[in-house]
Amino acid sequence: MATEDSTGLVFHPMDQFIVRPLFGDGPVHWYTPTNVTLWLALAVLAVWLLFVVGTSGRALIPSRIQSMAELTYGMVHKMIEDVSGKEGLRYFPYIFTLFCFILFANMLGLLPKSFTTTSHIAVTGVLALLVFLGVTILGFVRNGAHFLGLFWVHSAPLALRPVLAVIEVISYFVRPVSHSIRLAGNLLAGHAVIKVFAAFAAITVIAPVSILAIIGMFAFEIMVAVIQAYVFTILTCVYLKDALHPAH
Amino acid sequence: MFSLLQQTAPAAVDQTIIVVPADPAAGVVVAETETVVAAGHAAADAAGSAVGMPQLDFSTFGNQIFWLVVALAAIYLILSRVALPRIGRILGDRQGLMTADLAAAEDFKRKAREAEAAYDRALAEARAEAGKIVAANKAEIDAELKVAIAKADAEIAARAAESERRIAEIRESAATDARNVAREVAAELVSTFGGRPDTAAVDAAVDSRIKGAVQ
Repeated sequence: MATEDSTGLVFHPMDQFIVRPLFGDGPVHWYTPTNVTLWLALAVLAVWLLFVVGTSGRALIPSRIQSMAELTYGMVHKMIEDVSGKEGLRYFPYIFTLFCFILFANMLGLLPKSFTTTSHIAVTGVLALLVFLGVTILGFVRNGAHFLGLFWVHSAPLALRPVLAVIEVISYFVRPVSHSIRLAGNLLAGHAVIKVFAAFAAITVIAPVSILAIIGMFAFEIMVAVIQAYVFTILTCVYLKDALHPAH
Repeated sequence: MFSLLQQTAPAAVDQTIIVVPADPAAGVVVAETETVVAAGHAAADAAGSAVGMPQLDFSTFGNQIFWLVVALAAIYLILSRVALPRIGRILGDRQGLMTADLAAAEDFKRKAREAEAAYDRALAEARAEAGKIVAANKAEIDAELKVAIAKADAEIAARAAESERRIAEIRESAATDARNVAREVAAELVSTFGGRPDTAAVDAAVDSRIKGAVQ
């Protein structure tokens, strides 16, 4: 991916995504502590700081940080209630875990020199598969064969229903793919673009434009980081609703 | 960029050419040719640059998935065991307190309204009482006043009668005195002119004159 030309510009937009061992230079085994490990641990630490340390005052009138924790709690709680219904609240801790992890991983990824764990298909794929498998199993456990009614559109004319069923089944199985690639793709693209702009800053004439572009892109990426966490979570709620109430 | 899936094997021989523009005269072209041995480093060449998309370097998937599962489990435990129950309790407590406070405020409001009604009632009673007292006092004063006026009237009437009697007496005495003086003067005049005063005639004459004057 290293692209050089005679102007001296060096583009390494993808280098930031390389998985490297934290200590030494050996091979990456499944247990090797890598930069992935470090930034996942930092995400855990951030969650702990906000939701445990931040709320340790248990104040009736919340401090700023406790207020942020409460607002996040309230937002996800309301989202599940609005989208999945009251029954969805049983799965609140799982969905909240997903939201917090993605939000903090996205935000930490915006720190300079950091590693964005959620820009990796391996990570978002596991998240999406967890949601997909969880929701599918839940749907069959709760509704039995009725869960298949999800693919049988009763409101459509009878002749159309088999065709729609095929489409519905395909779209159902595409869900984890789009769910994971949407998140990873958004972050990957944004971070790579920032790196490309940064490489242009080496040319004195272009540098101001390049720096302005980086600032704009960075602000945009902050928005993307939050929105993608929100989108991933709300889609999880939608899938959960399908599992709880499969009838169209 | 998308020669992705073949990167594991052919990445063994990878070329990186770095042009150093600071030294154009020499035109140094450093060509590095190295063999990447470690399978775990398939995504990076010898200079540490990415080859293809590191996202599709499957050799790191196991590592990422393992640590992701560990991180997710840690976050889930932190949230479900400590954070979420605590925040839920804080919010519940606050909601409960607010409900209780609102109920208390409602209670106080009701009490205030009751107190106001009691005050109004007391005020009306006091006003009625005052009215009654005023009316009673007025009647009493009126009665006393009437008695006093009657008494004063009687006294005035008595005094007036007395005065009239005295005036009449005075007038009577004045008239008698005047007649006597007139008779004497008349008799004197007659005797002065050489006549013999006939008492009876003089009296009659004086009386007839005086009648016109005094009356």
